[in-house]
Amino acid sequence: MDFSIFQQYGPALLKGFGNTILCWALGTVFGMALGLVIALIQRYAPKYIRWIVQAYIEVIRGTPFLVQLFVLYYGGPLIGLRLDALPAGLLGLTIYGSPYFAEIFRSGFRAVPHGQIEAARAIGMTELSIVRRILLPLGLVSSLPALINFSIILTKETVILSIITVPELMYQVNRMSTETFRFLEANLVLALFFWLLVETISRVGRRFEARITKHLIERT
Amino acid sequence: MQASSVEIRKVNKFYGPFHALKDVDLNILPGKVTCLIGPSGSGKSTLLRCINFLEEYDSGEIRIDGQMMGYDAPGRKMSGRKLREMRRSIGMVFQQFNLWPHMTARENVAEGLIRVRGMGKAEAHERASAALTKVGLADKMENHPLRLSGGQQQRVAIARAIAMEPRLMLFDEPTSALDPELVGEVLNVMKTLAAEGMTMVVVTHEMGFAAHVADQVAFMEKGELVGVDTPDRILHQPADPRIQSFLRTYHERNSF
Repeated sequence: MDFSIFQQYGPALLKGFGNTILCWALGTVFGMALGLVIALIQRYAPKYIRWIVQAYIEVIRGTPFLVQLFVLYYGGPLIGLRLDALPAGLLGLTIYGSPYFAEIFRSGFRAVPHGQIEAARAIGMTELSIVRRILLPLGLVSSLPALINFSIILTKETVILSIITVPELMYQVNRMSTETFRFLEANLVLALFFWLLVETISRVGRRFEARITKHLIERT
Repeated sequence: MQASSVEIRKVNKFYGPFHALKDVDLNILPGKVTCLIGPSGSGKSTLLRCINFLEEYDSGEIRIDGQMMGYDAPGRKMSGRKLREMRRSIGMVFQQFNLWPHMTARENVAEGLIRVRGMGKAEAHERASAALTKVGLADKMENHPLRLSGGQQQRVAIARAIAMEPRLMLFDEPTSALDPELVGEVLNVMKTLAAEGMTMVVVTHEMGFAAHVADQVAFMEKGELVGVDTPDRILHQPADPRIQSFLRTYHERNSF
């Protein structure tokens, strides 16, 4: 193995890693936000709207991310949606993650004991107050482990963005390996970067979880 | 204290084909304690939950101080705003306490004052402290529910209800989820409330409480209200064989 090529490609790889983190972070945040909206619609909207949203969930979950990206990037211009690679990738990642996040939130909300909602109704709280003060805080806490888990899965989905020429890490690694034929070295570095990212997320996630569940979980 | 009266007239409730409440009639007098007793599944809790419309009744009328609960007219449900308005003066205490676990005891009590009564945080917390002191928890105000015993949690739940200054209190088996040694502290708080002249409706298996604190006891079985009378006449000289048989089983289970 020969790692000297990294002197030449190092900066490009780091830049690629930066883009990977950017795509992942924004895609996760936006995907979660959209997923939360979907979960609330599923819980409160009239049934026709729920059906439409359910169809969206089925379609996005039932098709490969790669295909969704192609449709968005190459099909988008046909309906006037002309996006650069990076914004298209971000939008794609947001859409791809949203139904999974929605399902996580949905089960998180279901984990909130119904009695605690009834107690709020019994003293005359509005449904909006109940969502803000009871359902969201408690539902989010019970969603947390699954949210962190799926965010970690999403880190690795970012490599698919290279297909539509988003200049993230996979894209840079591909370029480097086709120019130098150092496939193994390049991909090992890619693996190392991802491992670092995932390890960081899961550590931060665990710490965060421990902090906000301090009063909610029985310590033995 | 202003105390509400409740009139229950020919109330029926169905769960699909199951007839859960059958033409129930009951008068709940202002400032008095009414205990609902009877076997599990007899409809006591359902009836109680109909009073604040957590459970919708299908026909009949429930009137609180003359105003019909849940409906503007038979078959026409009232607006959410009006329902919330009526619920503000009805406190409820649940078997499972149902405190909000992410809030301290004081925050649990203050929440309704802030969100429903529109009080400022400082004033709400002051009132919450007073309510918690009243139920004997002055030293537990900053505890989260998980750091409290069952009896303490239930007293927080009572404080949460009385802080709203209700004119009627509903208790749904308030001591059934408690360890036996913690039942007393909750019943004592309830006795204090009763002595202050609060209208109370209590679903309970505590026959001692019914005998000593209730002004009237209503016995239910299979969705029917079988009898209403003074505690003495229901518990010591029941005429109806269904009440006799229920009490016989109760005494057998509790004798040793």
